[in-house]
Amino acid sequence: MRRRYTVASAMVGALALIALAGCTTDPNVAAPSEDAGATEEAVEWFDQELYDKQYAERSVVPEGPEGQPWLQYINAEMTDTSAYASTGAKKACFANASISNPWRTTGWITMNQQLKVLQDAGVISEMETRDAQDSDDTQIADIDYFIEEGGCDIFLISPNSTAAMTPAVERACDTGKPVVVFDRGVQTDCPVTFVHPIGGFAWGIDTAEFLIEELEPGSKVVALRVLPGVDVLEQRWAAAEKLFGENDIEAVDYFTGADPAEIKKIISDELAKGDVDGIWMDAGDGAVAAIEAFEDAGVDYPVMTGEDEMSFLRKWKETGLTGLAPVYSNFQWRTPLLAAQKIFAGEEIPKEWVLPQSPITAEEVDQYLEANEGMPDGHYAKFGGEDLPGYPQVWQDRIIP
Amino acid sequence: MSAVTTPQPTVGQRLAGFGRTLISPRGAVFLLLIVLLIAITLLNPSFAEPSQFIRFVQRVAPVAIVAIGQYFVIVGGEFDLSMGSVVTAQVVIAGNLIGQDESKSLPVLLLMLVFGAVIGLINGLIVTMLKVPSFIVTLGMMLALLGAILYWTGGAATGNPADGFREIGRGGIRDLPVIDILPWSVVVLVVVLALAIWFGRRPFGRTIIALGDNPTTARYSGTRNWWVKTSTFIISSLSATVAGVLLVGYAGVHPSVGRGYEFTAITAVVLGGVVLGGGRGWVVAAAAGAFALEALFTLLNFAGVPSTYRDAVQGAIIILAVAYSATTLRARRKGRALEAPTPQISPDPSSDPATQTSPAPAEEQDAAASARPAPIPSTQRADNETKGGS
Repeated sequence: MRRRYTVASAMVGALALIALAGCTTDPNVAAPSEDAGATEEAVEWFDQELYDKQYAERSVVPEGPEGQPWLQYINAEMTDTSAYASTGAKKACFANASISNPWRTTGWITMNQQLKVLQDAGVISEMETRDAQDSDDTQIADIDYFIEEGGCDIFLISPNSTAAMTPAVERACDTGKPVVVFDRGVQTDCPVTFVHPIGGFAWGIDTAEFLIEELEPGSKVVALRVLPGVDVLEQRWAAAEKLFGENDIEAVDYFTGADPAEIKKIISDELAKGDVDGIWMDAGDGAVAAIEAFEDAGVDYPVMTGEDEMSFLRKWKETGLTGLAPVYSNFQWRTPLLAAQKIFAGEEIPKEWVLPQSPITAEEVDQYLEANEGMPDGHYAKFGGEDLPGYPQVWQDRIIP
Repeated sequence: MSAVTTPQPTVGQRLAGFGRTLISPRGAVFLLLIVLLIAITLLNPSFAEPSQFIRFVQRVAPVAIVAIGQYFVIVGGEFDLSMGSVVTAQVVIAGNLIGQDESKSLPVLLLMLVFGAVIGLINGLIVTMLKVPSFIVTLGMMLALLGAILYWTGGAATGNPADGFREIGRGGIRDLPVIDILPWSVVVLVVVLALAIWFGRRPFGRTIIALGDNPTTARYSGTRNWWVKTSTFIISSLSATVAGVLLVGYAGVHPSVGRGYEFTAITAVVLGGVVLGGGRGWVVAAAAGAFALEALFTLLNFAGVPSTYRDAVQGAIIILAVAYSATTLRARRKGRALEAPTPQISPDPSSDPATQTSPAPAEEQDAAASARPAPIPSTQRADNETKGGS
């Protein structure tokens, strides 16, 4: 008898914990965070140097071909790749962190269409992909598999987390084959190039400056954050929080797991407490639910920043609210394969390939809505695949390769 | 019924009895709920306004309905971990199949109910026929459904269904006095809860509890165990379907809607004093558990607990509440009745250990008394379990 209750109590405790984990761990977005990095240096996401760098990069006119932002770069220091120059079709090996959120699936579709172009051009013979499903362990195993028996000519890596993936990336570099890292970074400069948009601080600066300009001092902003511990997301908030604090904007932040039901509850409670003047989001997923909470409560729309996801752009247009759609450039998924092409051609490429990243403003929203008509709600307006084969059908049907 | 012919208790006795029920394991959840609601009201008095409160009930409705479904599975001695992904699947089905065409609402709704029932049937048959533990079967079902959703949607839903369909979860009867709006969700919740109470008192409902308490006895007494157990899974999947219909209205389509609902529901059920492993519990308390969980969430919102340690606070309160109900229950079963000063003969059937199974008053006592003379059978069952018997 006694044992039965002990077991029951233990199970209950375990379940309660799992329940909480279930509420907060978001399989939708990225990684279980960089525990290593976070615990070592007491969690401080704000980095003045990086903030200043990204602040400046926002106003730099990127170099590179006009109309092809995925090939443009900001303040680049070029690196010589003639050592890798080689003819013939090459095998690319892609260690992907996951395709578990709409942003990543959109990019993944674009990447595969880009692959087709390069296959037809005889640059890439095939791309073997391993999906780590948001797990550091799996991705380390994936990279080691590629090194040992992949027969790879080039490694493309979209790291799941920064600190944990660094040694595996270094092992890949040690093979002497070119390595291209994109999206999240690693703590080594051994890859030939690291491709990424300007970054999280730039997002935070763009959005916070917009809200500060549109709102009176002393206004209240509710910040909806997906989950803690992922550097690109934490940096967005770190920059915004700093600016809100400096400009007399009262900001409260919540973790939502991007779950619209959760978002709606949070906004309803905040509206019950008092006026909410602005909504800030670190990712646009679930923006529509936040707007609907204002509708249901029968109050005026807030000033709001979402993302370039179609659902937000459509709701923005429909409601006519004052908004801004920050962009974490989805077209970056094309760049690693194009970098591979340049590497095998021996052309010089940026060592750190900073892609342009500019928000969609109220003046531009119509243009992007029109360009992406018929795309699903989870599609990202700045996906940059308009000139690829299969457009628009492949993105409309959202065929996951 | 006829057994209770004792003199009418005085108001004082009634209050004392009510107080005792509140601190008893079965009442603990109501005590917690009352404390939370009072705390919320102190922080934000407008919460107590009827129009605000009804909105709160509307928001709890989906979780409460899932908890009610989970109650039947748990009290029957199993788990259903697939409920959350059934909710997600139904939300995505509604979004993809109805689209902007309101005329499809009814056929798709029927399809969703059939789909829910089929999922429950599969879960139940694998558990009963192939003798696979439900924890594993439903865990597998959860993953299978989530994978199917990802495959189908490509990680992004096509969009919300027609507004007419969403009205069920989002709208209600408007312009009412006092409460301003009566959300359809609240109506649905009341109907589901009433059905659950009624069903729990029917012979079939009693059989579920008997099965959870002691499957061997249940089999000897002529129960078709496989069908009773399978039906609990069908009930839980159907309740997840109803919750999905409400959620697609309330929140909209997103692959994360419904995520974690199975554990929220299990926590709510346990918070409601339902014993994991089956045989004991009250469906109303399970629903109250869901209300307490949501009230806790709201309290933390109103209290402005920083997001970074909000989950820790929430978890600690849940563990304390569950531990409280577990210890009082154990104390009572050892004879140190915490809430019953006169443990031997109590005219109030609700304080009799034998009637833990159900809220039903005297008639329940009769049935329980004839079926189970004392706590002894449970002891035997524990022995059976440790020997791996039955």
